[in-house]
Amino acid sequence: MVTLFIIVLGIIMIVAAFVAIYQKNLLSAVVASGVISLLASIIYILLAAPDVAMTEAAIGSGLTTIVFLYALNKIRKIKAKK
Amino acid sequence: MVKKLIIIITLVLLAIMLMPLITEVKPFENLSSVSQKYVHAGSEELGSQNLVTSVIVTYRGLDTLGEVAVLFIATAGIGFFLRRKPEEERKKTKASSLVQTGTAFLLPIIFLFGVYIFLHGHLTPGGGFQGGVVIASGILLLMLANVDTKINTNILYWVESVSGAFYIIIGIFGLVLAGGFLDNRILPLGEFGKLLSAGAIPIIYSLIGLKVGAELVGILNNMQRSQ
Repeated sequence: MVTLFIIVLGIIMIVAAFVAIYQKNLLSAVVASGVISLLASIIYILLAAPDVAMTEAAIGSGLTTIVFLYALNKIRKIKAKK
Repeated sequence: MVKKLIIIITLVLLAIMLMPLITEVKPFENLSSVSQKYVHAGSEELGSQNLVTSVIVTYRGLDTLGEVAVLFIATAGIGFFLRRKPEEERKKTKASSLVQTGTAFLLPIIFLFGVYIFLHGHLTPGGGFQGGVVIASGILLLMLANVDTKINTNILYWVESVSGAFYIIIGIFGLVLAGGFLDNRILPLGEFGKLLSAGAIPIIYSLIGLKVGAELVGILNNMQRSQ
């Protein structure tokens, strides 16, 4: 049962990874990369590694996404000036 | 054409090289001798209920010191490369009152949770890094809710340097008083499973938590100020 769940989550992760690569809208791509981290943290919990899961959820899907969004915002402002 | 051929040949060679990783890896049936020692003697030797913490903070303490150093260098680099804009140039759009009220309600709870995670690192999952990140995310919420929040960078730098310095000093104490660098047995191990147990592990993890939190808040502050 757990194995099945992990396989399903892994497939969703791969789909999200392709979305992050091929999506033209950068905002969606950033959100998709955050989704990958969130699903990875769920898999860590299922594999009995709560310590790693906490780090992954907080840094991977929380802070990294925000830092990407700040960077995206900055790039947009620079482009708007030109 | 030649370029594509070279790329294909490189990929095939890489695939042949990496093939043993798929075909020849067998799942481990027994723990290696080092892991066995950690599992069997770890909780008695160091008195920490969470075995992961005793590996991260004590057995592999030097690696953790390296990680903290890497994070510090990353923060310093970001602060160096992102130039700050003068205050007037930044546009200030206010967040909705819903977000502001929610932040006022949630912020103390988030801070308390972060402190709980790193204080209880030796008892429950989590530790300095996770607690620090939770505190930084609380500050991030504050930044999002009130755009003109000013972070006192002096306090950040002081918290970061003092906690980093004490981390090293405790490590050296371990070298002098106990078995080696960052050994936690410089303090009595206490009663197994209590908050004040496992020697110096709660102190070290609290210092790491403060340091990581201050560094990440510094990164976020720099990102926000540079816009």
